[in-house]
Amino acid sequence: MEPSRSPDLALLERFFERMVLIRAVEESLLDLFAAGAIRGTVHTCLGQEATAVGVVAALDAQRDVVCSNHRGHGHFLAYSEDAEGLIAEVLGLPSGVCGGIGGSQHVHARNFYSNGILGGMVPVAAGMALAEKLRGQQAVVAVFLGDGAFGEGVVYEALNMSSLWSLPIIFCVEHNQYAQSTPWRLEHGGDLSARARPFGIPVSVVDGNDVMEVHAAASAAVDGLRAGRGPHLLFMETYRMGPHSKGDDLRDPAEIAAHRKHEPLVRTRALLDPVHGAKLEQEVRQRVAGIVERLRRRVLVAS
Amino acid sequence: MSTYLASLQTGLADAFAADDHAYLLGEDVLDPYGGAFKVSKGLSTRYPDRVMTTPISEAGIVGVASGLALRGYRPVVEIMFGDFLGLCMDQLLNHATKFRPMYNDQVRVPLVVRTPMGGGRGYGATHSQSLEKLFLGIPGLTVVAPSHVHEPGTQLKRAILDGDGPVLFIENKLLYPMELATGGGGLSVRREPEPGGYPTVFVENFQAGSPDVTVIGYGGMSRLVLPLLESLAREEIKVLAVFPSSLKPLPAATLVDAAARSGRVVVVEEGTSGFDWGTSVATLLYDQLWKRLSRPIRRLASADSIIPTARHLEDSVLISTAVIEQAVLDVLQ
Repeated sequence: MEPSRSPDLALLERFFERMVLIRAVEESLLDLFAAGAIRGTVHTCLGQEATAVGVVAALDAQRDVVCSNHRGHGHFLAYSEDAEGLIAEVLGLPSGVCGGIGGSQHVHARNFYSNGILGGMVPVAAGMALAEKLRGQQAVVAVFLGDGAFGEGVVYEALNMSSLWSLPIIFCVEHNQYAQSTPWRLEHGGDLSARARPFGIPVSVVDGNDVMEVHAAASAAVDGLRAGRGPHLLFMETYRMGPHSKGDDLRDPAEIAAHRKHEPLVRTRALLDPVHGAKLEQEVRQRVAGIVERLRRRVLVAS
Repeated sequence: MSTYLASLQTGLADAFAADDHAYLLGEDVLDPYGGAFKVSKGLSTRYPDRVMTTPISEAGIVGVASGLALRGYRPVVEIMFGDFLGLCMDQLLNHATKFRPMYNDQVRVPLVVRTPMGGGRGYGATHSQSLEKLFLGIPGLTVVAPSHVHEPGTQLKRAILDGDGPVLFIENKLLYPMELATGGGGLSVRREPEPGGYPTVFVENFQAGSPDVTVIGYGGMSRLVLPLLESLAREEIKVLAVFPSSLKPLPAATLVDAAARSGRVVVVEEGTSGFDWGTSVATLLYDQLWKRLSRPIRRLASADSIIPTARHLEDSVLISTAVIEQAVLDVLQ
């Protein structure tokens, strides 16, 4: 360990490792899918690693709650770092986090809950925040949703109740600019980031591909929740680098290529020492590759 | 003597007294109003911190309650009219009832959603329905619908305190003011405990021998069937009426025994005809009692129609005592 490293750099390296973990797992799942080893589908979060890592790092893993959605692998890995449990789950193995029953979109471990109905977990998360408020131990709830979810009425019901009852909940919006195949501008009238303001919920708009900025904003918001100042909405600008699900992606390749210059791993690598950064990345990727190889053999044995 | 409504009020209060994690969420539940049908009356005065009046957000409040339930509380959601359950369908179908099995049994969702169903008050098509059958097909959902021959308050208290999964608790509007039936006037009322904890009640209009016909119904049908038993007794027609309070799980053994006692069965419900509860009951009985039924099973329900508001039109759509009586006489031919 170099003695002169600043805390920020050390923190950035930890965040980088977690983001690489997410990237490596998601890429492995897409490879496994292409090879026919996975049934069903996976909604990967390529390009959205910073939102997951930055937000979850601002939480207390022991007492805070994370609710997520169909595109939840990054949130789960940021929360649990359990790559083996997640990959096993998606592969349908009994050693998966939910015994292979929930699969990719329906995951639970400790205080992490995800489900595959768009927007559906948002009122549930509000209820969990109400429970934590009643319990009085200053725990908070973070719920992840995308721009697409702002089409669902139940999201607005939850925003209203969260404000009305001053619930300790942070709405973590990953504005990745696409809802499945549809660009966000074809789905929303008005100002998307301002959606929560009429409910009296403060909104922070941040660069979702800057993990330190996400972390700082999330930390400030969480401090406010613990102090009882009521809900917050963190609006994180990002871009979905990969397909909506499986391998189908009909977007303009030039558009995707342009965004690749600003995706979180590219940006973070540029801030790290190239040799040290590459070493960290290699270690994480090797660990994931080892997990995949081991689990893949179990699937072959089982079938 | 207690009314159906008073029994529910007591059951709620008893549940709240027994467990400080019991909460009630609903629209217009605060005193002095105490809920549209007054079931929640008095509760917010005694437990101001645990009775929450909500915005008009049926889906949202069932979601909120599911979150409370997942995190250690025992929430009761009051949905003002059962017709409004359509708004909650996704939260019941894809959230509350799925968390436990999807997550490999790692969580519990002790949620109670209680709501009145039933027509006969001229409220019109969207405030009069009996929609139980739409929910009976949801895996993992317990559906309870007490009649006035049960103790609805005892059952509600059980659902709140002892339920370990989502319970849809169906009340009936016309039963609220009725005195609970405990027997007398030539009728005997007997409670049969069930493994799930929601008893089935037998009502008989005879003292000795076997019944001529078995009538099976639930919820508001007790209001139509009990007077019919009294009038049929005068014709010396022996009727065993069976009122399960648990629609799902169905108390199969009890219903099979009761049907076998007469071999002639009439099943009656207030919901619309077709793809209904009575069809499931009849299929169960056909499977188990094929050679012991002496007649095809008559299944009665309201018409497959909206419920009009005008009195005579409403009467023509909803199941009535006259229709039940005719069916009983038919199976005795």
